[in-house]
Amino acid sequence: MSIISVRNISKAYNKGKTVALQDVSFNVEPGEIFGIIGPDGSGKTSLFRILTTLILADSGSAVVDGYDVVKDYKCIRQHIGYMPGRFSLYQDMTVEENLSFFATVFNTSIEENYHLIEDIYRQIEPFKKRKAGKLSGGMKQKLALSCALIHAPHVLFLDEPTTGVDPVSRKEFWEMLQKLKRNFHLSIVVSTPYMDEATQCDCIALIQNGRFLTIDSPQGIIDDYTETLWAVRSDRMHKLLTDLRDIKGIKSAFAFGEEHHVTVDASVITMEALTQVLQEEGHQDIHVEKVKPSIEDCFMNLQKG
Amino acid sequence: MTDKIVIKAEGLTKQFGDFVATDHVSFEVREGEIFGFLGANGAGKTTAMRMLCGLSQPSDGKASVAGYDVAREHEQVKRHIGYMSQKFSLYDDLTVEENLKLFGGIYGMTPAKVKEKMADLLQELGFASERRTMVKSLPLGWKQKLAFSLAIFHDPKIVFLDEPTGGVDPVTRRQFWELIYRASDRGITVFVTTHYMDEAEYCDRVSIMVDGKIEALDTPANLKQMFGVSTMYDVFYTLARKAKRGDG
Repeated sequence: MSIISVRNISKAYNKGKTVALQDVSFNVEPGEIFGIIGPDGSGKTSLFRILTTLILADSGSAVVDGYDVVKDYKCIRQHIGYMPGRFSLYQDMTVEENLSFFATVFNTSIEENYHLIEDIYRQIEPFKKRKAGKLSGGMKQKLALSCALIHAPHVLFLDEPTTGVDPVSRKEFWEMLQKLKRNFHLSIVVSTPYMDEATQCDCIALIQNGRFLTIDSPQGIIDDYTETLWAVRSDRMHKLLTDLRDIKGIKSAFAFGEEHHVTVDASVITMEALTQVLQEEGHQDIHVEKVKPSIEDCFMNLQKG
Repeated sequence: MTDKIVIKAEGLTKQFGDFVATDHVSFEVREGEIFGFLGANGAGKTTAMRMLCGLSQPSDGKASVAGYDVAREHEQVKRHIGYMSQKFSLYDDLTVEENLKLFGGIYGMTPAKVKEKMADLLQELGFASERRTMVKSLPLGWKQKLAFSLAIFHDPKIVFLDEPTGGVDPVTRRQFWELIYRASDRGITVFVTTHYMDEAEYCDRVSIMVDGKIEALDTPANLKQMFGVSTMYDVFYTLARKAKRGDG
């Protein structure tokens, strides 16, 4: 049975004028990392707040760990851990005081569930007498995760835990989540604006303007990509982008790191023809090759629809 | 890009107590260059950027920005630069037009000049129909593009962008970089921080800070060759994983 089941959730603010979520439905299976991926303002936080029983949906229903988010909100709160996007700890309390406070609120103790947080907490334990407000960003994140775990929740909700975090620390954070999943079979719902983190999840939902564009495994989403996608390079990358957009048969052209990715109508233009047109435009060192889409390519393709 | 140097830092240092946030950093940025200023959280990027914007006094070393000394002539520095961050950019409770007028006024532009530039800008962004819309009701991507245009509204020599594309959708993120290219083509120097490694590829040169020092500075192609890797992510990862300190 699914550990989370969401049916037709909608939510609007401002007397219905600002739509946050529109008819969102999905399931999360036990022991799964479920990623909700989309830009700021797409409705991610509203969804988290509904599932963690902090706000009510306008319509639809949701069941978390067997409990209804409206009727059984008190039960849900005992069985979930929630790490909001903004730093949620008491800045004036020490590391140890914060952790012990969260443990006490849930009628447990640090000792009782230490095994759950050991890997993560050990890294900040040398600073346990330091005030939370004086910790570095990476350490704050580890403390917040420890506090969200200390009552041995069944489901962990992490709202944008890696936003504004550098790539090295992001990688470390995902390694911690993978371990929690592996060692404790924890179900984790996590949101992120970084498309490259999608492959860390078992299942992902791409969200835009309060709607899910698709829900599937990362590989499933990539397999569903129907466009013909080429990577193009030349000696003049800025000019290349504008030139590409003017060529017949090129449906879209966007920068992708050291290449430009173009979607093409293969019945109109071939790679050889494209190379020739670009040569005529004065480009040199032209490389054109067919590439597999990334999740970001998929998102961009679904986004325009 | 020209050969003219518009930012020059020599041994630029900022110390808080016994903590050296930015540790004797030296580099030069050329006119019209897109300069990527990368580093792990806490490497000292924000501190360095604040000094270059004339908002914080160096403890040691010196820097000149647009020809002005950041320590002695910080008010002149502020007049010749633009700044945009993800956190602060626009006044939510003012319309698009009011924001433009306000910033134009602060930068000392004449009403006629503001009017002329405003028409160009709205046209370029395709925002003409939104001129009387409150900024708070614009989609995030539009706000970011407007914020960037505002940061260069007074034709500064240099624009500083602090994680300008954080949280923005993939298409808007790319449109944003196209605005950066256009500014650079007009001769505006772009000094930008980002956590997206694909964006590092779009810079003419990239510096990577680790524990207060610049550990590498070159074009993306040269950096990848130097480290024998195929992506900027790998270059960054190789350097930044050695960092001893997290952010403060």
